[in-house]
Amino acid sequence: MTAPAIEVSDVRCVFGSQTILSEVSLRIAAGETVAIVGESGCGKSVTMKVMMQLLRPTSGTLKWFGEDVETLSGLERQQQRLRLGYLFQGAALFDSLTIFENVAFGMRQTGEHDEQHIRQTVLERLEEVGLSAEIVMKRPSEISGGMQKRVGLARALALSPDVMFYDEPTTGLDPVNSRRIDDLILSVRQSRGVTGIIVTHDLRTVQRVADRIVMLYPRQKLPDGVEQIIFDGSLKELAASSDERVREYIGDEFETKTAQGAEIERQQTLLKSA
Amino acid sequence: MTTAVAENPINLLGRSIRDFFCGFGGLVVFMLRMLASLRRGLPRRHVLVPILYEIGVRSVPVVLVTGTFIGMVLAVQTYTQFKMMHMESRLGAIITMTLVSELGPVLAATMLAGRVGSAMAAELGTMRVTEQVHAISALGADPVSYLVVPRFVACVALIPMLTAIADAVGILSGWLFSWQVLGINPHQYWMYAVQFVTGWDVMAGLIKSVFFGCSIAIVACQQGFHCGAGAEGVGRAATQAFVFSFIAILGMDFLLTVVLNTTYYLIWPQAVSLAISGAW
Repeated sequence: MTAPAIEVSDVRCVFGSQTILSEVSLRIAAGETVAIVGESGCGKSVTMKVMMQLLRPTSGTLKWFGEDVETLSGLERQQQRLRLGYLFQGAALFDSLTIFENVAFGMRQTGEHDEQHIRQTVLERLEEVGLSAEIVMKRPSEISGGMQKRVGLARALALSPDVMFYDEPTTGLDPVNSRRIDDLILSVRQSRGVTGIIVTHDLRTVQRVADRIVMLYPRQKLPDGVEQIIFDGSLKELAASSDERVREYIGDEFETKTAQGAEIERQQTLLKSA
Repeated sequence: MTTAVAENPINLLGRSIRDFFCGFGGLVVFMLRMLASLRRGLPRRHVLVPILYEIGVRSVPVVLVTGTFIGMVLAVQTYTQFKMMHMESRLGAIITMTLVSELGPVLAATMLAGRVGSAMAAELGTMRVTEQVHAISALGADPVSYLVVPRFVACVALIPMLTAIADAVGILSGWLFSWQVLGINPHQYWMYAVQFVTGWDVMAGLIKSVFFGCSIAIVACQQGFHCGAGAEGVGRAATQAFVFSFIAILGMDFLLTVVLNTTYYLIWPQAVSLAISGAW
């Protein structure tokens, strides 16, 4: 049995006097795409940052590809981290660098690639996300929000990760750009077999790209000892859920569109992107 | 209930003391982390050069203006006092001595804490709130090595040079003002300046400026790295970077003056000092 790509066990995160996450356990199998949903402040992004080890949990364990991260040496951890890519909510492009330098950043940091290879990879990744070579000398502030997200994705993909984290990838984008990002997520999965973890509020994105949905509930609204993950299952199971807290979150969107219909649309999109 | 506790002056004092030590501890931990990163290697040239330009070249005008006015103000202030003692010809000695050992390093560092320190804190703070610092980690790099070490190296290398420029410009402006406006003989100005100011005084000033450079870089980067959320957090980080750097500069100036004076009189014991007269 292959080890899960990412596994967190009994994770607890406390910031000051506020407990954000408590006893959260989650396994993400290699190759699957998981959407983490839930109302604002429930700890979705924190969960993802803990998985990427951008935040250290107060307690709990994190495993990457079956290995406990805490037992890895600094070098091993750095090497393993390069197998993980992260698309930030606001793209988080480096303002002082050009688009080219942004996409090349990770490769240059490893010191394992010559400039010619870097140049070729940068242009390929930009083309993969639908951007032309004309923008390479521009600064992030000179391109639109949708383009910034795509550059952020190209930057993460430049290191050929096995797992991609998407933090609210379509937030703040118009429907055209949202659909474009969804297509890119699907195409990355299809063409590279990348495991995907998506934090989003956009149920349309969830319907289109996710195999599995995990719903978190705010810690403050739950009594002690109650699971913070209130739902973990497929889209179909989500639509059929009778849990009041789940129904409250998914609202009318799922009533107007059956889970079956959404599944068909997802399959069609997958075929289209293939 | 909580409000009542917060308003208790003893509670407030206790919390302030705790916050001070927590903040100081955080600064020390940050400095050790930076030194550990520095041990792993110097920053790459393409990262370091723009920072050297920003901190060094672009600070030259500020330093020139500061140095010019310090020199002239010193000439004006000391002239009246020295004239009463018929010692106005020795103006060169007091201006040069004060500039190289005290006012030059402290005022240049203060100006640079405002210009460079606040800018660094605001830049790193903005990078933090827009998740660019996390992005560096996510791309397999160490944010401290990439962002803090080059700024530290640039400050330590360039702030003494900028101080030397401020000193030189101050001495020149003091000389020009003394000669042209106050009518001091230029030959006597330089003669006394050379006679009274030793290489040790110049070195002491430059040693101080190295420490000031360290404190500006570490305080500013630490404030930027740990800034609060949003524009307010960035603004507060920039302000605190200046305030804390300034306090650090003044505190360090006092300690370094005592240490350097003591060292001087240990090496040359024939000279009289506070250190060996039992004051310390």
